[in-house]
Amino acid sequence: MSGRSVADVFAKCRAEGRGALVGYLPAGYPTVDEGVELLAAMSEGGCDLLEVGVPYSDPVMDGPTIQAAADTALRNGFRLRDVFSTVERVTAAGGNCVVMTYFNPVLRYGVDRFAADLAAAGGLGLITPDLIPDEADEWFAASDKYGLSRTFLVSPSSTDERIASTTAASSGFVYATSIMGVTGARDSVNSAAGEIVGRTRPHTSLPIGVGLGVRNADQAAEIAGFADGVIVGSAFVSAAEKGGPDAVRDLARELAAGVARAGLPQRA
Amino acid sequence: MSSSTSVRASSRVTASQGIETPSGHEPDGRGHFGRYGGRWVPEALVAALDELETAYEKARHDPEFLTELDRLHRDYTGRPSPLTDVPKLSRHAGGARILLKREDLNHTGSHKINNVLGQALLTKRMGKERVIAETGAGQHGVATATACALLDLECVVYMGEVDTRRQALNVARMRLLGATVIPVKTGSRTLKDAINEALRDWVTNVDSTHYLLGTVAGPHPFPQMVRDFHRVIGLEARAQVLERTGRLPTAVAACVGGGSNAIGIFHAFIDDPGVRLVGFEPGGDGVETGRHGATLSEGSPGALHGAFSYLLQDEDGQTAESYSISAGLDYPGVGPEHALLKDLGRAEYQPVTDAEAMDAFALLCRTEGIIPAIESAHAVAGALRLGQELGPDAVILVNLSGRGDKDVDTAAKWFGMIGQDESAEAADGTAIAEGRTEQPTGSFADAGSETEGIQA
Ligand SMILES: Cc1ncc(COP(=O)(O)O)c(C=O)c1O
Repeated sequence: MSGRSVADVFAKCRAEGRGALVGYLPAGYPTVDEGVELLAAMSEGGCDLLEVGVPYSDPVMDGPTIQAAADTALRNGFRLRDVFSTVERVTAAGGNCVVMTYFNPVLRYGVDRFAADLAAAGGLGLITPDLIPDEADEWFAASDKYGLSRTFLVSPSSTDERIASTTAASSGFVYATSIMGVTGARDSVNSAAGEIVGRTRPHTSLPIGVGLGVRNADQAAEIAGFADGVIVGSAFVSAAEKGGPDAVRDLARELAAGVARAGLPQRA
Repeated sequence: MSSSTSVRASSRVTASQGIETPSGHEPDGRGHFGRYGGRWVPEALVAALDELETAYEKARHDPEFLTELDRLHRDYTGRPSPLTDVPKLSRHAGGARILLKREDLNHTGSHKINNVLGQALLTKRMGKERVIAETGAGQHGVATATACALLDLECVVYMGEVDTRRQALNVARMRLLGATVIPVKTGSRTLKDAINEALRDWVTNVDSTHYLLGTVAGPHPFPQMVRDFHRVIGLEARAQVLERTGRLPTAVAACVGGGSNAIGIFHAFIDDPGVRLVGFEPGGDGVETGRHGATLSEGSPGALHGAFSYLLQDEDGQTAESYSISAGLDYPGVGPEHALLKDLGRAEYQPVTDAEAMDAFALLCRTEGIIPAIESAHAVAGALRLGQELGPDAVILVNLSGRGDKDVDTAAKWFGMIGQDESAEAADGTAIAEGRTEQPTGSFADAGSETEGIQA
């Protein structure tokens, strides 16, 4: 297997002259087995990297679509350990997985133990939307120990100083939130997206992924024009709800075509 | 010009002292109280938290800010709040002398105004025009709506749908004051979910909006700043108790939801090792039933709503649902400084059940003519328990954090004065006046004798 680290995934896309498509879905949605099928279908359709979400009781960064999906997963009996079996099965089906999680479940499980079990399942790293590097000492140690990537977020409100320290703390890729706000599909790509990527570039050679609000090929192409990764979440959740594996596979194809059409991102 | 020695010590204590003068129990530079506190937040909020921290650090040494806050507290809030001896209640506490710190007599009816006026003035200084807040009992929401009316700020209050029903009076008050009240219909539909919604709003509108958090929880600098705004409670009370009794209290009792009224009164006594500090948490149906909100007594460390502290959670780190008859205490988290005080053994925390709190509620009404907030009734119940333990020589200072007007409906139903489906206003007035002839548990008419059994 070639893509055994997040860096490899982005490098492979680059070698193909394009950015990466990153698709999010909560594990256990609507059930653990169906969630595995959905994630595998997203990978088949063209998601280069999968963000496997951990359903959480208090998702303060998420809008109604992802909140409802997390609720469904929890109501259907999702347990934290299911995220490892999900990663393992999706990886076996050919997907590249990172886990996106609010941090308290990791704290409760034990940071070192979580990292060990994630690495053992074939997971490549962690995206931590409510953990800033200032509080991440334990996670630094564990991610280094088990070779997992650390994706922290930068936001339009971040100062240059914080962009510098946050990107320095990251590995694999950096996640730029393109708008101030919670997750949810939106009609237009905000101009702030280009701005935050432009402000982040000088501080890091890591690939930069842009998320929050993307739902169609045109938006994907627009973002792929300046970012290394296009991150799509709520639109996949909505597609899964409407049409299951076929719908998410189709959406992945459509978005992947948009990303490919844009070619390599323009670097300022 | 004050010529005489008869100037009362308490009259010289002002809120600004608790703000300007560090307490000697400060968090580290990044807001940690020991291992607790800090900032467990999305990066999107860090700039706003930095801005708030800077504005607070500047304001707390700015005479103009401090003078304005003291003026408002004197002329608008009605500070200092009195200290009331309650000898008839004391008879039910093994004879221990109970003194009530009357935060219920503040404008808007609770201690919440102490923090709200401070943060509302800061909001103006930061040039923000919109304020959002969460509320459980509605007391923080009412205080915030009040300050926003006074200072011309737009006000949006998030409140769990369950709480909008059990604290309907306060919803009406907020609306009268010009605030927009948004019922939150996610999760348990109580305070925890109201905070989630407020955080989502803040992440989206952080440029124009200040999140006026109502307790000593949340990310740095909230636990420290909100505490400082409430230190006036303890500073006043300490001087008042000394003046009244010539000694320090044996114990200080307060209810603990997020922990703001408790930290406010505890803080003045932290360096008095002989004074016991006891926080009373909502025991709901009894901690053994799992239906409670006793975070420090029953919870474990973790991160929720921006701070590392104790919380009620399951094995997977999912937040557990809390329960209490008291909307203001019905919260599965708690402020980080309390977590440290617990670990250090400097303060202790005990659960008080719904039934114990309601018995104490009835007792205080009947013996002293004071209708407390159900939140504060937990502290009164705690004081009765402490009195039995400490005996007649003890002096117990109780933070009576709020008044019970908002709880009349809940209480009237609890005591069977009106039917479950009626509300107090709709009920036949005589039902409340006379009580019901058939007496349910926690009989109101018989409050004294009933409660004695429970304290034992
Ligand atoms: C009267 C009263 N006391 C206490 C509380 C609990 O809050 P805290 O623990 O922050 O004092 C509330 C909250 O609504 C309240 O209204």
